[in-house]
Amino acid sequence: MRNSLWRTGAVFTLAAVTLAACAGQSSTNDTGASSGGSDTIKVGILHSLSGTMAISEVTVRDAELLAIDEINAAGGVLGKKLEPVVEDGASDWPTFAEKATKLIAQDKVATVFGGWTSASRKAMLPVFEKRKALLWYPVQYEGLESSPYIFYTGATTNQQIVPGLDYLKEKGKKRLFLVGSDYVFPRTANKIIKAYAAANGMEILGEEYTPLGHTEYSTLVNKIVEAKPDAVFNTLNGDSNVAFFKQLKSTGISADQMPVMSVSVAEEEVRGIGVDNVAGHLVAWNYYQTTDTPANQKFVAAFKAKYGADKVTSDPMEAGYNAVYLWAEAVKKAGTTDVEAVKKAAGGVSLDRPEGKVTIDGDNQHVYKTARIGVVQPDGQIKEVWNSGEPIKPDPYLKTYSWAGGLV
Amino acid sequence: MTAPAVSVRRWQGPAAFAAVFSAVAVLALVAAPLLLEPFRLGLLAKYLCYAIVALGIGLAWGQGGMLTLGQGVFFGLGGYAMGMYLKLNDAAGDLPDFMVWSGVEKLPALWKPFGNPVFALAMVVVLPVAVALLLGTLVFRQRVRGAYFAILTQALAAALVILLVGQQGLTGGTNGLTNFFDFFGRDVAADETQRGLYLLVAIVLGALYLGARQLVRSRFGRLLLAVRDGEDRVRFLGYDPATVKTLTFAVSAGMAGIAGALFVPVVGIISPALLGVVPSLELVVAVAVGGRFALAGAVLGAVVMGYARTYFSEELPDAWLYLQGALFVLVMTLAPSGIAGLAANLVRRREART
Repeated sequence: MRNSLWRTGAVFTLAAVTLAACAGQSSTNDTGASSGGSDTIKVGILHSLSGTMAISEVTVRDAELLAIDEINAAGGVLGKKLEPVVEDGASDWPTFAEKATKLIAQDKVATVFGGWTSASRKAMLPVFEKRKALLWYPVQYEGLESSPYIFYTGATTNQQIVPGLDYLKEKGKKRLFLVGSDYVFPRTANKIIKAYAAANGMEILGEEYTPLGHTEYSTLVNKIVEAKPDAVFNTLNGDSNVAFFKQLKSTGISADQMPVMSVSVAEEEVRGIGVDNVAGHLVAWNYYQTTDTPANQKFVAAFKAKYGADKVTSDPMEAGYNAVYLWAEAVKKAGTTDVEAVKKAAGGVSLDRPEGKVTIDGDNQHVYKTARIGVVQPDGQIKEVWNSGEPIKPDPYLKTYSWAGGLV
Repeated sequence: MTAPAVSVRRWQGPAAFAAVFSAVAVLALVAAPLLLEPFRLGLLAKYLCYAIVALGIGLAWGQGGMLTLGQGVFFGLGGYAMGMYLKLNDAAGDLPDFMVWSGVEKLPALWKPFGNPVFALAMVVVLPVAVALLLGTLVFRQRVRGAYFAILTQALAAALVILLVGQQGLTGGTNGLTNFFDFFGRDVAADETQRGLYLLVAIVLGALYLGARQLVRSRFGRLLLAVRDGEDRVRFLGYDPATVKTLTFAVSAGMAGIAGALFVPVVGIISPALLGVVPSLELVVAVAVGGRFALAGAVLGAVVMGYARTYFSEELPDAWLYLQGALFVLVMTLAPSGIAGLAANLVRRREART
């Protein structure tokens, strides 16, 4: 009998949960419908807060929330405060599409800041295009895309990978080995690298892919050691870098003898890999925590003040932080949050950001960015050893590069 | 564990069943499309797609005792068959977009027949059923069962994911297939199309449920229960348990295939993330929550867990996974035979009292 009492209790609990759920549901609907006339502007933030990508994407969300706080503290946009609606993409591409639909259709947000992996962007793209809503995507990616409803505030290939190759060529590193995670970014990046190598007298000694999350690298590192390349071009993502760099270090080959050029290893990842394993190796980005601009000193200080003195800032975080400011600036210029008006106003918007001057290219909705090559330091920071001197015009389809003719 | 199948049957008298089923049908086919906004209706359509898979799991696991941890495989085969057709239809003679950026220059031979809608729709059922028949024949003839069968199905799901991810030019890799425009002459994203799809999913689910119920109540169904509870005895009686299990497994695979095909136009994407080990396990969890010994429990579990996932993740984006887990633990502790078992208990006690 006691047992059955328990069970009756459980039924009531379940019923109560369901009722509460329904009530909560209808109340969200109400606020969603009435957002038009209120004194806040809703903006969506859609990153993975759970799953394998959470470790990276949570930092971007934090940077975007910081930007929203700062803009609100300075009076908001068009006299209204920004109200973030945060959703979890859960490292799952269909969930990104579902949550994007929710933010647009139900919360009626003015714009969405979100995504990290190319797969999540590709899953969200049809949602934004069909509903004519705006997405600001803050991470470097493989290019060959230019959706009219996406703004890309991270680097495209000619602002990161091509400068990285130029740097290796300049240093006389002509024989490369390519290592990457098995998904669209590394595969497309390597396709571009091979075309570049063919046109610049460089030799590709090997091209290896491992699944995302792979952690067994002894075979692959042996292959690299046998091939004896001048340098390794690394497009591994996430945890795999830890195992890869550890294994590489155990062979005793130094970063001077065979540097690894990484395009997905930033300050946050350096901490995860362990600085001993990765110190001395090269990275290619557009921003480092050490980048010396007044805007960056402010950004780093504000981020540490809000989230803790031990936090680091990285390129994707800065690109997310910029995205909020660039959107706000375009809205001010347009005088409205209407998507078409904001798109029109965004072209040519130019701001001094932590990475230096960034300007939106109205044609492809990418951003002019300064390319920077850095070396990982023993203290976990990255020291810039080369930069492009001025912001590079984004060219997602590499139309201005003769060697890239066969790619698209 | 003893199954409360008998008690469930008692409150499922033909008249009572007809009344409950019609009420649910009216709710699903009339009330829901009228009351829910298009976005919520789309989500409900998604839960119902999962409910179709759950129905198959309820049949194989609840009735047949075959714990299948790889239903995502069949869901994926159906989904990819549909996705390939939609992709080719949108491309209208050109290469699908992902092949262009993956460096594929000629349409692979594997894709060519999927340009034909009749072939693609047939494959939605034929492929999963064929794989299940093959696997079932190999495995059940060898009298592999219990945990070994579960592990095998799980391994199959893991292998399929690796295969799909590794063949980016052929399958879209991690991204999967997405960005569909046309669904048999209609704009797939339009509200009317989505409402029509919802009704289609609901009707298919209803029809499959009635079919599965009929199957369970037939002689074959009794044999299936007997195999679950005493396989060796059934064999000594002169029946062939392997055939019974293989056929049931194939039916559940066919259901998952149909669900996958419906899922693609409803949600707009099919990717390896949807058919790996984790989503396959989530569906088994949903069936356990709903109650695996009753087919209606499996359906209910998929809808409840789907709704809980959406609700928790919208309200608490930082902590929703804990709540989702807590819900599972709560139900399993308080009601080991799930929500349906709980309901059956209540009804039985009321009957005992009157």
